[in-house]
Amino acid sequence: MSVLKRNYPLMILAAVLLMLPLVLPNNYYYDIAIRMAINAIIVLGLNLLIGFAGQISLGHAGFVGIGAYASAILPTHFGWHPLLATAAGAAIASAIAAIVARPIFRLKGHYLAMATLGLGIITAIVIKNEATYTGGPDGMPVAALGLMGFEISGEKQWYWVLAVLLLFSFWAARNLIDSPFGRALRALHGSEVASQVMGVDIVRYKVAIFVLSAFFASLMGSVTAHYIGFVTPNIADFFHSIELMTMVVVGGMASIYGSLIGAVLLTALPQALSTFEGWETVAFGSILILCMIFMPKGLVPTLAARFGRNGQEDR
Amino acid sequence: MALLEVDNLSIAFGGVKAVQNVSFSVDRGLVYSVIGPNGAGKTTLFNLITGVYTPSEGEIRLDGQSIAGVAPHELALKGMARTFQNLQICMNMTALENVMVGAHLQLDRNLIKAMLRFPGIARRDHALKDEARELMRFVGLESYANLGASSMPYGALKRLEIARALAAKPQILFLDEPAAGLNSKETAEIDELVRKVADSGVTVVLVEHDMKMVMNISDRILVLDYGKKLTEGTAREVRENPDVIAAYLGSNV
Amino acid sequence: MERKDRGETILSQFLQFLFSGITVGATYALAALGFTLIYSASNVINFAQGEFIMLGGMLTFVFMQSGMPMPLAILLAIAIPALVGIALEKLAIEPARDAEVVTLIIITIGASLVIRGLVQIWLGKGAHTYPAFSGSDPIEVGGATLLPQSLWVLGITALVVIALWYFFSRTLAGKAILATSCNPLAAKLVGINTQWVLLVSFALSAALGAIGGVLLTPITLTSYDVGIMLGLKGFVAVVVGGLGSGLGAVVGGLLVGIIEAMAAGYISSAYKDAIPFILILFILFFMPRGIFGAQVTERV
Repeated sequence: MSVLKRNYPLMILAAVLLMLPLVLPNNYYYDIAIRMAINAIIVLGLNLLIGFAGQISLGHAGFVGIGAYASAILPTHFGWHPLLATAAGAAIASAIAAIVARPIFRLKGHYLAMATLGLGIITAIVIKNEATYTGGPDGMPVAALGLMGFEISGEKQWYWVLAVLLLFSFWAARNLIDSPFGRALRALHGSEVASQVMGVDIVRYKVAIFVLSAFFASLMGSVTAHYIGFVTPNIADFFHSIELMTMVVVGGMASIYGSLIGAVLLTALPQALSTFEGWETVAFGSILILCMIFMPKGLVPTLAARFGRNGQEDR
Repeated sequence: MALLEVDNLSIAFGGVKAVQNVSFSVDRGLVYSVIGPNGAGKTTLFNLITGVYTPSEGEIRLDGQSIAGVAPHELALKGMARTFQNLQICMNMTALENVMVGAHLQLDRNLIKAMLRFPGIARRDHALKDEARELMRFVGLESYANLGASSMPYGALKRLEIARALAAKPQILFLDEPAAGLNSKETAEIDELVRKVADSGVTVVLVEHDMKMVMNISDRILVLDYGKKLTEGTAREVRENPDVIAAYLGSNV
Repeated sequence: MERKDRGETILSQFLQFLFSGITVGATYALAALGFTLIYSASNVINFAQGEFIMLGGMLTFVFMQSGMPMPLAILLAIAIPALVGIALEKLAIEPARDAEVVTLIIITIGASLVIRGLVQIWLGKGAHTYPAFSGSDPIEVGGATLLPQSLWVLGITALVVIALWYFFSRTLAGKAILATSCNPLAAKLVGINTQWVLLVSFALSAALGAIGGVLLTPITLTSYDVGIMLGLKGFVAVVVGGLGSGLGAVVGGLLVGIIEAMAAGYISSAYKDAIPFILILFILFFMPRGIFGAQVTERV
């Protein structure tokens, strides 16, 4: 495949991101676009873990929370520079992921679900309880993100920041999948014992991808915190983990495009339903069930298969 | 020195001794077969040698180095490859990608470099695609290269496993019933393929039920019965051994 | 004299924590039995199990509010979740049989969101309760107080456990379920209707959860969102006891309840809800098959 052809999808995404401001009527829509991009980046990472490597995480919001609160706490209470705090958050999230991953990934299926879920819930409870630092259930304000005298503020500036981040993540995720590392990841999903015999140290790969997805989740937690200017413990709770997983599943497991579509659709949904309290939960639940029954591979792979493209190219 | 030496190898599951005090050695360049009635412990022996199980007792040496209890992915590094009795194909990938996974250890597996798509990685992967195609031609699967593995017929998957194992450039290859479930024409093709592999300089250790094939291509044969070594020798020696005949016909000796 | 006093306070304090631990642990045990039942029959971990606990409490409250006598309200509050369990099996699990573990986990999570969302829409976000079954005058035991409702919780849990034991070891229906869990194909071949077995196990496990909810609510209150935590802790109990073991589920439930209460009492009550999850991480790290789980070897 030529370099140009390989990069078509990247160029299309870039074009969409460039043109979008022309049709976004006001800041409310900018805000939705920003949230979509934030979710899309987290979901890209999570899909590497769930869709490509075939593992599960029911606690990823915990890592988002760690990033968000690092960006909130370290500058406010300890005077750190926000960028340094963001890096520290990502480092802490990665470190926690790395430490617990080794024992966790000896487990399979239900046990793995339980362990990741436990990790997420513990994180959320710590955030709720350590009110001296975190403001407890009420949350706390977050300092603005500035660099060399320039402060990122307002929806329009944040939009461009996230457009660049999203393009980079999309490019990097595609590269990763189309590499020996990515191949090993998919192989261990297909057959653990075969990939082991071929020399794949499967635990090392599962750990690496778990850490990477935690890193991106934490980074986006920090971005969310700085963008909104305020954090609450909801960002780390179980429901948020489920939302993120729903995006992976609906868009399409093991599909890079699916991650984008899933994030866009399910970020828009709560906006559409926000006036009906409770229905949002029902809608999420119904979508999960229907999606798993009628298109267990998710939207993008199912449509790709229906329209005759063989899906392998359309990753 | 023999390439593979197995000394007094045993494993027990619960109280059942699936493999008991088995010793043998395989010289470089041979086709070495392991036969025995169902449940004799052949696959268990394979799983022990290739690191899937850890032996309760005994010693395994590859090239003089002890490898008992070493993890499978480390054994791959020492030049060991295998196929499986129940297919272990990655159905979520194309046939070609399956073969490419076989070359895993020869590639740059760095995560960061992969994400940033360093030119070296892209170039090497490109070259690997050609090598993998070549291997698929070698096993007679050239027409399947870009197909998803899940849409391939059973017989082709059996050969795909061999291509994948060969992609690792092994010095010793373990084939666990490569002809199981195949018709006689396909079996003859596998027979020929195994011979081709052996001729290319790879030592082959084979578990197989098809006696015609075993007697045809094996340099030496090990006979297991109830997890114990019954005898070992050339095809002719084994064929004429009364214990072997008794074990297969089930008479009491 | 003083020392003896202190000794007594320490003892009574310990007893107090033990009582509350066993009481809530009994609910976890019922939920854990529900998990185990469904897992045995279908290899599915039903993440919606906690919602049945919530339904048990909430429905009893609603029916009593509408003027029904308590026994009738309770009966309905157990029967309706059982029907919901059947519907869950029929509508969501059945169409996705043979799917991957991850897929089935996601389906049950989806179901739990639907149930919780509907209850929230119907009954709102408020916390509710109803009077204890036989008054709330505490009983004094060794300096600690025991609520009469706790005795109800323990007594009925014990009865349920005995009934289940009888069902599985003495009745044909129970043995059919066991056979199906052991080997579904073989069970089908000897003429067991495995379809029916699935429905029964979902109904039964939903009913078990609901019983737990009905019993516990007078002590702890209930609201539309209590299901997740209770269910998850029930799942912790399952893993502590080892997946697929009935005895393990009961012991695991009590153990989780007691450890939670002790840790909340002696270490930190703020972290009460985190304790089962810290416990589970430790157990998974150091003994991944649980206390009663069997060793299994994978065949290749």
